[in-house]
Amino acid sequence: MNTEYIGIIFMYLATIALAIPLGKYIARVFKGEKTWLDFMAPLERLIFKFSGIDPNREMNWKQHLKALLTINVLWLFYAFFCLLFQGHLPLNPDKNPGQTPDLAFNTALSFLTNTNLQDYSGESGATYYTQLFVFMFLHFVSAATGVAAMMVVFRAMKDRVTDKLGNFWDYLVKAITRLFLPLSFVVAVILAFNGTPTSYKGKDTIIGLQGDTIHVSRGPAAAMIAIKQTGTNGGGWFGVNSAHPFENPNYLTNIVENISIILISISLVFALGYYLNKKKLAWVIFGVMTVGFLIMVIPSILAEVNGNPAIAHLGVSQPGGSMEGKEVRFGAAASAFWGITTTVTSNGSVNAMHDSMMPVSGMAQMFDMMINSFYGGVGVGYLNFYIFIIIAVFISGLMVGRTPEFMGRKIEAREMKIASLIALLHPFIILVGTSIAAYVLVHFPNADWATKPSAWLNNPGYHGFSEMLYQFTSSAANNGSGYAGLTANNVFWNVSTGLVIFVGRFFPIIGPVAIAGILANKKFTPESAGTLKTDTVTFGVMIFAVIIIVAALSFFPALTLGPIAEHFSLK
Amino acid sequence: MKTYLLPSIKITIILLVLLSGLYPLAIAAIGKLTPGHGDGETLQYKGRIVGYANEGQKFTKDEYFWSRPSATNYQADAGVGSNKGPTNADYLNKDVKGRIDTFLKHNPGVTKDQIPAELVTASGSGLDPDLSPAGAKVQAARIAKVRGISVQRVSALVDAHTEKPLLGLFGPPKVNVLKLNIALDELKK
Repeated sequence: MNTEYIGIIFMYLATIALAIPLGKYIARVFKGEKTWLDFMAPLERLIFKFSGIDPNREMNWKQHLKALLTINVLWLFYAFFCLLFQGHLPLNPDKNPGQTPDLAFNTALSFLTNTNLQDYSGESGATYYTQLFVFMFLHFVSAATGVAAMMVVFRAMKDRVTDKLGNFWDYLVKAITRLFLPLSFVVAVILAFNGTPTSYKGKDTIIGLQGDTIHVSRGPAAAMIAIKQTGTNGGGWFGVNSAHPFENPNYLTNIVENISIILISISLVFALGYYLNKKKLAWVIFGVMTVGFLIMVIPSILAEVNGNPAIAHLGVSQPGGSMEGKEVRFGAAASAFWGITTTVTSNGSVNAMHDSMMPVSGMAQMFDMMINSFYGGVGVGYLNFYIFIIIAVFISGLMVGRTPEFMGRKIEAREMKIASLIALLHPFIILVGTSIAAYVLVHFPNADWATKPSAWLNNPGYHGFSEMLYQFTSSAANNGSGYAGLTANNVFWNVSTGLVIFVGRFFPIIGPVAIAGILANKKFTPESAGTLKTDTVTFGVMIFAVIIIVAALSFFPALTLGPIAEHFSLK
Repeated sequence: MKTYLLPSIKITIILLVLLSGLYPLAIAAIGKLTPGHGDGETLQYKGRIVGYANEGQKFTKDEYFWSRPSATNYQADAGVGSNKGPTNADYLNKDVKGRIDTFLKHNPGVTKDQIPAELVTASGSGLDPDLSPAGAKVQAARIAKVRGISVQRVSALVDAHTEKPLLGLFGPPKVNVLKLNIALDELKK
């Protein structure tokens, strides 16, 4: 058991040790300073030349959003039609059929938005073409979209009055060529040497040692798995994601994949410090996020390692902890650690089935996604956190009777309205979605649909409610992990979560970018004795309080009906 | 929007070529140098391929070490977990209890508290290739009896196939069930 604890402590410390220099590097890339990956420059010039783009043309925040939304709509249509007709497209050695319209709608939106909720299973519901040219492509570009939006906000926080906030295409391409592609390449090679398939061959059929016929799904998976981890995407090659022995073959790959989940999210916080030369502010943000992370991860690890009391009552021993839905090569501690890292960031890949985890873990995972900014998704995690900062600045300004200012700009009614709407949107879509599902389930259990509502849930009672709450939370947070027992591949769930995913992605990008753009245009007042300091521990506590008040209180009643009730029913 | 549409289309095309075309091809080329040549590493017994090293398979015969319960019955093209919740009464009283009873029936002399939970709970992937050393050793007496060899020899085989934590430091120890069972078949009586 000790080696299991040492394993996760090592993972966390190694992540921080890598995140600080990586943050420094990212700041240099986006400041346009020299880095050792400058040999990518000719490739970038080729991309811009082919696309007829001038990467030096500065854009204001509205132009940024227009470019971002245009290309995202284009990707949505491209993905939808590829999925619909994948049965007729090339690279389909296993002869898998096209997706149904509602499934294609959900899947396309899900990958476009960095969510990667998967109502299909990779082995039978996708082809090598859609895995590589739709899913993996969107893994890269959706992550880069998040970083590009975040860069607009970073740029706007600089201490000069301007509406010129850099070039969207430049941010988008550099996030890929300088960050995601090189990192994914390294991770993919490590995976390949540890047994993850890389070839384009289809299923293999063999006779096992005991004499059973076995069909083994394969494919060029390593390349895709690498970016789904580093880009906080989470949509895996195989249905069971990183619990699959090809997708995550051993403890070494588990370390590499798990570090990849949170590495970029954490390093972007440090990148902010280096980019704006506000290292102390970066440490305050990192501190708040880390406290939140630790409060979630420790109880979850203990709950999984101590095992399920209901199983203990049956008389067997649990030396490895609660093992339902977990893999022996990772063990309970590393499964719990992964479960929290994947939900604090918006990754959503899993190395164990969350549906079978203890209620304490389920609550922590859902709570992470409800906050959605303890580290958060690449780029967008910081955007969510930015909203909380704006609210915290405003409230603390009122409390001490000073003008609310952040980075030398006054926060006024217009910015606060946007921030409040974005902060409240998240609980709204989660709770309304879950209520509608619960209402339909209770009042129309036998509705004449392909999947009757009474057949949705895989577990009775409180846990069944958690399955629905988790699905909407995961969709709104663009996480993509699931309580996979829920029968989600039907019109009701595909469409409802598809809409939630869309709203939960684009408004929380538009809001912060708009606020940042408006603020950048305002008069800059240098810090004075009268300024409320934002890079202090006190302010960190303030942000934490705002997060707890806004997010925690909105979700507490729903959590009580699900995981909290289940926890107390467990003796 | 029109000013952005044309560059969007063009940049999408060139990124598709780079990210979805060239990048996985490069990884596939490197994959050729790996032990399984990128197709997945296979194991052989008497010159015949009997499985993939990383993927678990079903072992239910008494003469073999049993692998963990699987929600998909070890179908390697449809891996899935049970997704049963920890308080689900049907799961506890039928699935888990049934597995305990079956195990006790096939392993006389073993008491309930000697069974590690992994042997009566389904894995996450449905394809878990491993057991903990304890999960293998608790089956040693049964296998020794069926095969007519000493319990010590079976236990020694488990020890020989136990993979230590990574660098002796990180993660749990484990035993690959397929490798162990191949070794069992290779044992001379």
